Amino acid sequence: MAEMFERGESSGAVAVSTAMPSDYFELLKPRVMQLVVFTAISGLVIAPGELHPVLALIAILCIAIGAGASGALNMWFDSDIDAVMTRTANRPIPSGRVSRQEALAFGLTLSFFSVFVLGVLVNWLSAGLLAFTIFFYAVIYSMWLKRSTPQNIVIGGAAGAFPPIIGWAAVTNTVSLESLALFAIIFIWTPPHFWALALFKSGDYEKVGVPMMPNVVGNRSTQNQIFAYALLLAPVGVLPYLMGFAGLAYGIVSGAAGAAFVWFAFRCWKMPSDDKAMVPAKRLFAFSIVYLFVLFGTLILEAALPGLAALLG
Amino acid sequence: MTKPQQLADDGEMELKRRKAQRARNVAIALALGAFVILLYVATWSKLGVNAVVRPTL
Repeated sequence: MAEMFERGESSGAVAVSTAMPSDYFELLKPRVMQLVVFTAISGLVIAPGELHPVLALIAILCIAIGAGASGALNMWFDSDIDAVMTRTANRPIPSGRVSRQEALAFGLTLSFFSVFVLGVLVNWLSAGLLAFTIFFYAVIYSMWLKRSTPQNIVIGGAAGAFPPIIGWAAVTNTVSLESLALFAIIFIWTPPHFWALALFKSGDYEKVGVPMMPNVVGNRSTQNQIFAYALLLAPVGVLPYLMGFAGLAYGIVSGAAGAAFVWFAFRCWKMPSDDKAMVPAKRLFAFSIVYLFVLFGTLILEAALPGLAALLG
Repeated sequence: MTKPQQLADDGEMELKRRKAQRARNVAIALALGAFVILLYVATWSKLGVNAVVRPTL
């Protein structure tokens, strides 16, 4: 089968495909997928009603694969700028391990399968929401917003905020205020999370002409906005408790985590805008990931513990 | 580059390509197998006890 070659798109030369399965797995952005799965599980677990465990597992799998597919489509579209940025230069496409066409075909196939299987086996509302999420991330965010406005991740953040709504819809076949509250937490969390990263990676984004907030309005204005979003996030994070669908443990944990988030954002705000090391921004970025895991982890634990306790007798 | 060196490089590349192709084939086979099992288990889950009910002739 030595004649089975692929044509390298960039050079036009005949290139040999040496892509390993792990390269395709990398296209799915497994780290982002972890967060998506985690937040989707929370929607699924706290939703009122019942879903057969096998179908719940399939729903999570479909949401994870759908999120991965949108990641592959994002890497397909952004391969030109990924090659220039140090953070992304070693991704499968810019490093030459996977061709752009392969990534596109892979992303489209997985998108179709994840939506179709979720629709057939679970329900078509959750499948429709998953399809919209993939479209929003791949087309609205990656192809349009990312390179055209510094508000890219503010609006684009909606794509990352949908998984709990999909999880909730998989169980109840509805979209409710409760699931919208979970959406709001991730939506408000996204700007301070990404702008903290953009502060210490602004050189990378500037090199490729992506209008991230620090490159457009400067570090000082970005720091102000990060702090403003943190002040908004702290009360929004407590909403599940205030709305009555999370318990006291969540109320305490989310309140404390929100206060810590504001503290890290305050340290970032106080940081001189020309700081070279940007340590407070790095700490805020790291803590923002912990924050989301802690909030949604507590939600899951609170909802799952009584059932587990009953199961263990 | 000398001709023997070129041939050695080509051979190495061919070996790498074959290894990658085999790994991809195994991954596709496993994914398809998992998909079939998934549909089978999901059908049982959706049908529940009705799966063993046979219409009487």
